[in-house]
Amino acid sequence: MSERTTDEPTTDEPIRDEPITEEPTAVELTKTAPDTGEEPGGPGRSGRPGAASVPVRRRRSPALVAGCVLVGLIVAVALVSLFWVPYAPDDTTGGRLMSPGLPHLLGTDKLGRDLLTQLMTGARIALEAGLGAIAIGTALGLCAGLAAGFATRWLDDTLSTLLDVLIAFPTLLLAMLMVAARSASLSSAVLAIGFAMTAVVARLTRILVKRVLAQDYITAARTSGTSWPRVITGHVLPNIWPTLVVNLAQQFGLAVMTEASLSFLGLGAPPPNASWGRMLHEAQATVFTAPTGVIAPGVLLVMLVVGVNLIADGLRDALDPTRRRTR
Amino acid sequence: MNVPDPSMPEPHMPEPQASGTHGPVPHVPDTQIDGKVPEVETPEAKTAEVETPGAVISGAETPEAKVLDVTGLTIRTDQGRALVSDLSFSIAAGSRLGLVGESGSGKSLTALAVLGLLPPGMTASGSVVLRAATDGIGTEVIGATEQRLTGLRGRAATVVFQEPLTALDPLMRIGGQIAEPLRRRRGLRGAALRRAVEESLDQVRLPEPDRIIRAYPHEISGGQRQRVALAMALACEPALLIADEPTTALDVTVQAEVLALLDGLVAQRDMALLFVSHDLAVVSAVTDHVLVLKDGSAVESGSVDDILRRSRHPYTRDLVDSARHLESALERIVR
Repeated sequence: MSERTTDEPTTDEPIRDEPITEEPTAVELTKTAPDTGEEPGGPGRSGRPGAASVPVRRRRSPALVAGCVLVGLIVAVALVSLFWVPYAPDDTTGGRLMSPGLPHLLGTDKLGRDLLTQLMTGARIALEAGLGAIAIGTALGLCAGLAAGFATRWLDDTLSTLLDVLIAFPTLLLAMLMVAARSASLSSAVLAIGFAMTAVVARLTRILVKRVLAQDYITAARTSGTSWPRVITGHVLPNIWPTLVVNLAQQFGLAVMTEASLSFLGLGAPPPNASWGRMLHEAQATVFTAPTGVIAPGVLLVMLVVGVNLIADGLRDALDPTRRRTR
Repeated sequence: MNVPDPSMPEPHMPEPQASGTHGPVPHVPDTQIDGKVPEVETPEAKTAEVETPGAVISGAETPEAKVLDVTGLTIRTDQGRALVSDLSFSIAAGSRLGLVGESGSGKSLTALAVLGLLPPGMTASGSVVLRAATDGIGTEVIGATEQRLTGLRGRAATVVFQEPLTALDPLMRIGGQIAEPLRRRRGLRGAALRRAVEESLDQVRLPEPDRIIRAYPHEISGGQRQRVALAMALACEPALLIADEPTTALDVTVQAEVLALLDGLVAQRDMALLFVSHDLAVVSAVTDHVLVLKDGSAVESGSVDDILRRSRHPYTRDLVDSARHLESALERIVR
């Protein structure tokens, strides 16, 4: 600015403008020159295609770690209960409604049974219910979903309608029917939860399969003569797996909750098998006099379900290589 | 060179720009296009009845070994609209044919129909006979069972697609994807398989095989992905390679490289090539015969030279002119 005024006294504007406009461009050029010089050497442009050569640091997600710790604790307790519990589950020799103390670490219930013993066996039952339901739901749901995903229009519509009906059918009612047909037992509850889960898993699988089948890489694999079974095991399943596993982990938490509610209603494992749900039911009359009976199973239930959901979140990121890099 | 048409202002054509190691190889012009070029009016879409689905047609019937013989191919949607009508062409072993047309003209559908891979809801009629080069036995694709087709795909023909990012499985490492056809086709396992994968990568000039083998598709560049797709197709050792706009999704510089690579590898293996593209300049660089498609029917066919210089159909002339226009526009800018 100062140069301009000193060089030219104010006269003809358009002509005088020329040397002035040249000056800033010269400055800009010298400014941009080092910039362009930096770019090829810098990590931006040239580094991008080769970015994969830099080993991706597998940052373990905190959610996954926290989830594993929570679920790991419950699993450990369940495993220990297989070999050792402080008292026999049906041992009523302790005083009734004892508060936490020495002979009975967490106290006793209204029948004089040791709470810690019941909690430990309850952990086992909760895990059995979750795993059993997942096994049934995955086995049946995956098959039904794959069938619907590959089926002709007509079969697909029929299957989808059936699945919708099954999803709309209340799990509780299903469990009651199951108990009526068989007997009130853990296996009845697991069967009912498993069937209910089948519908959810099948519907998700169907959608995922349809989406994957529409992808070019499936067509590409088939143009090179890959057979359908190989396309399914090699391309379809690996590509639906990450989403499915996350969903299954969430379903596991849901199954544990459902089992607890069924037991709460007396539709689960009969005594002397202690289920957390039944413990809650039995302790509800004495919430104020002996709160441990309600708090302890409640806390464990929340721990397991939250832990499983945290694992689900962690898995979502860990299983997808395209996501891993963006994090 | 033939006598240039006086009506063409510039005799200078967009010459094949297949730069690189392999120039545009003058191929044996044995691509016979016996498709009757229909009149300008759309012909009555006649639906030939499907004859003997999956039937084995002995090679003795045809004098020359045609790897692909398409007659009266018509593709319809489930509403009955014809997307491709009465298309006929054939490709002899080792020869090349370009399928040109604007988007929506049915080029890619034709390529898929050749392998019996039409999207659900679409039906093909007419006849498509594929012949794996070695045994000389032809197979009718239309109406063939899935099992027969699976055996035929890859061996008789395979496809390189336009968009390599979507044509590669995003969750499978590159090594695994290339290994798949090698394992199936050559029965390789273990260390031999690994060596074969490295060889395939080397053939398509991909550097750092160790890194590429372990990489996922999103971790390599677009040009590298298309080379991988090409390597996968070549690993099938097909008699006919169908390239469906293989360079359209790439930058111009990468495009030329990949095109030259494709050209060289196909020539080297004496494969037949069906090159599908909207770009007349690209097609003329790689193929020797061209079939022009418009709205699903063939408008014109002939040698590259004929099409470029003596096109009879106005649509073809439009295509040629627009290619030429682009060329001259570029020339003007460069000058």
